[in-house]
Amino acid sequence: MDLRFRDAEPLAEERAAVDALLGPPPSSWAGGQRTDEDLRFAAGGHQAREQRDLLLPALHAVNDRVGWISEGALDYICRRLTIPPAEAYGVAGFYALFSLKPRPTRVLHVCTDLACHANGAEDVRRRVQERLGPPGASWSPSPCLGLCERAPAAVALEAGEHPRAVVYAPVRADEAELDPASPVSPAPPPASPAAGGPLAPAPPLPPMPSASTRDAGPGGTLQADTTSELRTANGVRTPDGVREAHGPVFGAGAHGPALGERGNDGLAELPEPPVRAAVPQAGDPSLVLLRRVGAVDPESLDDYRATGGYSALRRAFQLGPLGVIQEVTEAGLVGRGGAAFPAGRKWAAVAGQPDRPHYLVCNADESEPGTFKDRVLMEGDPYAVIEAMTIAAYATGCTHGYLYIRGEYPRAIGLLENAIATARARGLLGEDILGQGLAFDIEIRRGAGAYICGEETAIFNSIEGYRGEPRSKPPYPVEKGLFGKPTLVNNVETLVNVPPILLHGGAAYAQVGTEVSTGTKLFCVSGNVAAPGVYEVPFGATLRELLTLAGGVPGNLRAVLLGGAAGAFVRPDELDVPLTFEGTRAAGTTLGSGVVLVLDDGVDMARILLRIAEFFRDESCGQCVPCRVGTVRQEEALHRLSTRPRADDLVLLREVGQAMRDASICGLGQTAWNAVESAIDRLSVFPAAGTLTQETP
Amino acid sequence: MTVPLSPPRRLIELTVDGEPVRVPEGATILDACGGAGQDIPTLCYGDTLTPKNACRVCVVEVEGSRTLVPACSRKAEAGMVVGTATERARHSRKVVLELLASSVDLSTTPGAAAWLEEYDARPGRFGEDAARVDQPVKVDNDLYVRDYDKCILCYKCVDACGEQWQNSFAIAVAGRGFDSVISTEFDAPLTDSACVYCGNCVEVCPTGALSFKTEYDMRAAGSWDELRQTQTTTICSYCGVGCNLTLHVQDNRIVKVGSPHDNPVTHGNLCIKGRFGYQHVQNVALPEPAGAGSAAGSPSVPAASSGSGPSSGVTATIPAAPGRAPSGPGTARDTGPPPGDPARGEPGT
Repeated sequence: MDLRFRDAEPLAEERAAVDALLGPPPSSWAGGQRTDEDLRFAAGGHQAREQRDLLLPALHAVNDRVGWISEGALDYICRRLTIPPAEAYGVAGFYALFSLKPRPTRVLHVCTDLACHANGAEDVRRRVQERLGPPGASWSPSPCLGLCERAPAAVALEAGEHPRAVVYAPVRADEAELDPASPVSPAPPPASPAAGGPLAPAPPLPPMPSASTRDAGPGGTLQADTTSELRTANGVRTPDGVREAHGPVFGAGAHGPALGERGNDGLAELPEPPVRAAVPQAGDPSLVLLRRVGAVDPESLDDYRATGGYSALRRAFQLGPLGVIQEVTEAGLVGRGGAAFPAGRKWAAVAGQPDRPHYLVCNADESEPGTFKDRVLMEGDPYAVIEAMTIAAYATGCTHGYLYIRGEYPRAIGLLENAIATARARGLLGEDILGQGLAFDIEIRRGAGAYICGEETAIFNSIEGYRGEPRSKPPYPVEKGLFGKPTLVNNVETLVNVPPILLHGGAAYAQVGTEVSTGTKLFCVSGNVAAPGVYEVPFGATLRELLTLAGGVPGNLRAVLLGGAAGAFVRPDELDVPLTFEGTRAAGTTLGSGVVLVLDDGVDMARILLRIAEFFRDESCGQCVPCRVGTVRQEEALHRLSTRPRADDLVLLREVGQAMRDASICGLGQTAWNAVESAIDRLSVFPAAGTLTQETP
Repeated sequence: MTVPLSPPRRLIELTVDGEPVRVPEGATILDACGGAGQDIPTLCYGDTLTPKNACRVCVVEVEGSRTLVPACSRKAEAGMVVGTATERARHSRKVVLELLASSVDLSTTPGAAAWLEEYDARPGRFGEDAARVDQPVKVDNDLYVRDYDKCILCYKCVDACGEQWQNSFAIAVAGRGFDSVISTEFDAPLTDSACVYCGNCVEVCPTGALSFKTEYDMRAAGSWDELRQTQTTTICSYCGVGCNLTLHVQDNRIVKVGSPHDNPVTHGNLCIKGRFGYQHVQNVALPEPAGAGSAAGSPSVPAASSGSGPSSGVTATIPAAPGRAPSGPGTARDTGPPPGDPARGEPGT
């Protein structure tokens, strides 16, 4: 590949950030110093090009270091990885967390999505805007941050030698006014903690003091150990060229400032609440998926093993790969990401593919507004994810696994990095797992702010270093997935169901729930409800029972959004809908990813619909016309409807919605109209428009 | 010389609009529909490219499929029951055309006007405030113009520039969603990019967003008239490959150069010389092309009968592209037009 560069030079720190990930450049062909040796050979061919999948980690490295990606930095990355600069530019611009223009090192992302909206996000947004001016380089409104149980939420991402993520949840906007140290300048200097002022104090992240009894505290020995392991895990390729997992350095706790170090901005730092706070049921002995969350130290492999961890993997070795698939099939496990595809069939299909290697992708790019169950699982029980992935890899013949996690989950990333490093050190990942000859390893890939990358084929393009655009199916991932090879892609919650299935047997698992929907399900209850959080209930419980479990609705219930932005609303008189795949389908709604967003009558429904439409407009990848333009037209029509209801606009919405549903490439476009449609049909959100006669064109 | 024959392919049978159709295994639904005589609109489909199926105007209904499927890329399967003109399919095509026409300028898209009429598409109903892809025209070189206000993001230029044909990778899709655009890195001018001016992107552009500078200028001046143009396919004289050129001639001047897509060697692709290096054959002072009377009826003037020496003409149209051997002006001059240039003379016949 004959690449042309525009001779933009990287800064020393940009070069260092990339070199820290990729190692020093081997020759001047890859951006190093020019020597006579280089004239004797040309670098190129497949070997130079097959590093493309490191593009996203390399962009992260630069963005973490300097806060944005300059032309010099992009050029240098392209030289190192043999990528055409135009393509790398297109990839970098695809992700919301990257900037191709200069910006401050600290950027505040204020969630304005549904659950936060129902809990006063507009106030927060207004106050932040008063302090920092209109959204721009130093802050931006954000799609759902997955912190819905602590809404309203914000996350500040700080670039630097030791990048940090600071979670503010809930944001206490009223306290900010009292804070004398808050910056009042609307245009703070780039390096200042620009948005720290108006927000409640928050802790450094991660790893965080866990909910365990073995709390080493920040900077304690436990974390120091973790950090050294992380250093190797985040390091460079090993000399023989085998790629080590190279997750972000985000999680290096001991690198980060200790408590109080940021005291010069006048803010005291409080620890983020432990993950246990997100699970009101914590400690309930009947829990299956959540039983360890909040009960064990998420950093400790010993704690995990002491509570039954890795016995499922041993059981898997007894059963053999086919036996494992048999159990998963018998259990009736279906995918929890939203599509509800039978997991056993998918596993069998991948296992039966003659093409090698097989890849495993754990989809942890949980971005559906109102969803945070995977975050809670990963923060509370990270080893379970690792063990489940190992079992899946064993059953389907995968040698390499990718855990693709959204970039807005710093604590989960840190804990998973620690879990993978520890498991590797103890022989639970690597060449010969538990002495059974199983070779499998896991690489963490951090997303960078793109909802679409949770789509099962877009995630492949994202990992491979291309724009996260969905591929058209067929061929399906089980035939041609990641790197064109058979790939098993499963959601975190789906995988975490596997160890209990193996331990108790598929048949016993299938006894729980209904005939079609077996097992237990995690629900993300948020919005105007007494005790928001993740709840685990057997399939078949009704929505009313779930809301009662969550302490009921203090206000006057207006509607419940099931399944997230791609789901559908149900009315207060429909609360007896059974929470099963078949039950919700019969009721004209969906379980989706398990979102139960409760809205009382204090919420402006038209505004909620507009936010949903904004979400899809922002997150459409732009590949196909129905979604790219349709989501824009949908938003425009809702804007008009919220000010001047016209029957014409309802017709327009329906026609565009139908075309998006029928003709879009992927699930994003196909479901972008679902929630709006259900609100119009079931909640009569725009009653005035329905009664007007249609204007003639 | 032996001509390799492709191995015989099994025929499969499917139903298109109620009629049984037999196509070779591996054919697409679009192929099958061609056989059954249906006329399905296509935009992002290119006969020389792997379908991207991004535009979704070719969607058809397949029995048993939850969503509509793109005819251009979906392989035909035995027993498939395809409906090309069902209400759902026609509705989606209509809305897609409306969405496109309301956001970009389709005035130079061949077929668009007829399709809009056929499907009763009314792009105006999205209102006057409907967001548009407002992009300024990019004129940064002497050979071709990028008017992304007409771009439907079909990805064909990106594919032709990249791994499917030219392997230059000068352009890619940048941005996301409605803000996506075709762009060089950091929106640099083409002259600063990896572009080699092969013009293969212009060849595949379905909307006229990419066009010859000559065409762009003539359209601006109001003198572009395809009814007065002739097309002559000939052979490029620059090297021994033997690429076919299709010269579009208006008023006895070459205004655009294409290449037949069914050519088994080049599949419609050319290099900078074949595509843009034609000035030498008409490097004589002519009366203004607008004076159409001189061309009508009269035999064509041998445009490059003499005086178009190697040192004149070519260099005028090829932009400075520093460091881009082998396609730089020097090379073009060295190769030069041979005396017996087949492009010379009788373009109208």
